[in-house]
Amino acid sequence: MAGRTLFDKIWDLHVVDELGDGMQLMFVDRHLIHELSGHRGQLEIARRGLKMRNPELAVGSMDHVVSTAPGSRGGNAPWADKIIETFRAEGKKSGMKIYDIGQDGQGIVHVVGPELGFTLPGTLLVCGDSHTCTHGALGSLAWGIGTTELVHVLATQTIVQQKPKKMRVDFRGAPARGVVAKDLILALIGKIGTAGGMGYAVEYADEAIRGLSAEGRMTVCNLSIELGAKVGMIAPDQTTYDYLKGRRHAPAGAHWEQALAHWKTLPSDADAKFDTEHAIDCASLAPQITWGTSPEDVIGVDGRIPDHKPDALAYMGLAAGKPIAGTKVDRVFIGSCTNSRLPDLRAAAEVVKGRKAAKHVQAWVVPGSWRIKQDAEAEGLHEVFRAAGFEWREAGCSMCVAANGDYVAPLERCVSTSNRNFVGRQGPRARTHLASPAMAAAAAIAGEIVDVRGF
Amino acid sequence: MEPFKKLSAIAAPFPQKNVDTDFIIRVERCTGTPREQLGSHAFEMARFLKDGSPDPDFVLNQPRYRGAQILVCGEFFGTGSSREMAVWALAGMGIRCLIAPSFGQIFYGNCFQNGLLPIVLPSTQVDALMKQAEAGKTFDVDLEAQRINGAQPFEISARRRKMMLQGLDELGLTLAMEPEIAAFEAADRARRPWIYP
Repeated sequence: MAGRTLFDKIWDLHVVDELGDGMQLMFVDRHLIHELSGHRGQLEIARRGLKMRNPELAVGSMDHVVSTAPGSRGGNAPWADKIIETFRAEGKKSGMKIYDIGQDGQGIVHVVGPELGFTLPGTLLVCGDSHTCTHGALGSLAWGIGTTELVHVLATQTIVQQKPKKMRVDFRGAPARGVVAKDLILALIGKIGTAGGMGYAVEYADEAIRGLSAEGRMTVCNLSIELGAKVGMIAPDQTTYDYLKGRRHAPAGAHWEQALAHWKTLPSDADAKFDTEHAIDCASLAPQITWGTSPEDVIGVDGRIPDHKPDALAYMGLAAGKPIAGTKVDRVFIGSCTNSRLPDLRAAAEVVKGRKAAKHVQAWVVPGSWRIKQDAEAEGLHEVFRAAGFEWREAGCSMCVAANGDYVAPLERCVSTSNRNFVGRQGPRARTHLASPAMAAAAAIAGEIVDVRGF
Repeated sequence: MEPFKKLSAIAAPFPQKNVDTDFIIRVERCTGTPREQLGSHAFEMARFLKDGSPDPDFVLNQPRYRGAQILVCGEFFGTGSSREMAVWALAGMGIRCLIAPSFGQIFYGNCFQNGLLPIVLPSTQVDALMKQAEAGKTFDVDLEAQRINGAQPFEISARRRKMMLQGLDELGLTLAMEPEIAAFEAADRARRPWIYP
């Protein structure tokens, strides 16, 4: 029998029934729910007179519309409070666990899923959010779903899917100092484009991936959707097991041992076949930064601005041919489900320590979860940021998706550790440059886009 | 769900590539705007001038494309976020069919959940249809025959085609499979006990 991939092994274990024509009914092990897409789903099953089938397999958190203003404990506006209240009340009725604002466990769903040990290797995990691919970092088969699918999962604990094709990407060699997880995945998106992974489940492999922390792997998998792939995953290994052991929702005792034995069977077999393969030479990469309005519009920070997308350059207020370094910035945002975990905040703080943000720059740090905020404060990271003139805020999605009123002003330029530089994403006419936490921190200090390797 | 069988309607050219769901419907409209009102906010960043009046340069504001129910799109239409409001907003402005070389994958799935037919064709064939749309031609889309304008064939999964033709709701079908789901779950509890708290 031909070898099987990590993806195949997990997929095959979850098929409830063949529906014909390549479609399959799949059992969902883990359903993560946030207030914005979740409350619509809750109201819809109630309207249909249905009940949540497996509340014990779901966890909810508040992230999209919560205010991240320091000391805040709710939404920024009455409509946001209404969504939060609906989610809370409907969640209570259904019996599902919701980590509420101000509780250990609240935060961006794609941060708290792993943090709580709710995300596990070998699970099929869905969430009403496209960045659900993040959970593939722990060897979970995970993808984002729409509202109608969310209702389907609430009511039946299953989802109908067509099996995608398989792609492997090898990240070869060891990246140089200053080149981190965000740079690896941005470089891949730059190479094969935002549609390069369309129709594929992607497995990230090889030396540079093995060398990443669990959190770094989450950054890589998070941007799978920006590669056009709903699913991006990394085979579990000792890094994964060490990360998960002892977490609140992770199995313990005999269950841990049983799970571990199963997880060790999951990595792709040596003779497993992929439909497509790509490779990135990591040793030659510079820190990456985007210049346009799609994540594929990316170059090394030592590069010059390309000329092939004039509309994007006009929107971004940039001139082709000039070096990207030296471009003046107005805002810096360190946060989002891409880069708001403790190692991200440490990397930014290391750059910031003993320095001051440029006077014209407004810089924010938004931890990904309540727990990360406490842990960072225990290390004194908040003092490092505050001393440099950065604002230290409450956990949430904040300025990545700008659903809660956290905006970049029109025509302002923001170096952001988030995942999308789309037109208007961070606010109407806002200009976004995606980069790593250390690159964003360096831009805040220099007041312009700068190569963090020179810091 | 409203069945989709045949559609005869004006097709508007929308050649922009990588149209993301943030561009189709801004996130502020996904927070509290009732579903039936989303259509008036579709493409708002391109559709309206700063004073809120319609931008005459935006294709769907042009008199010849009033009432268009088909968009002929550039590659990778609907990339980005999973927000189903993007589909609701398009449906809300009367769009019932999209034709493109490729679609964002979550968006593509969301279209079928709402009776909005997304047709994938090779770029050269989309280009030819784009020219016809630019010429203001009315298109005939026949899902039963899988043909556009009687000539251009298109592929679609047989299951999805049937569900669109009959206006079937996925949830209703799956609820009827509860015995199979329960049997799977019981066996899985024995196989992977650590999954179940």
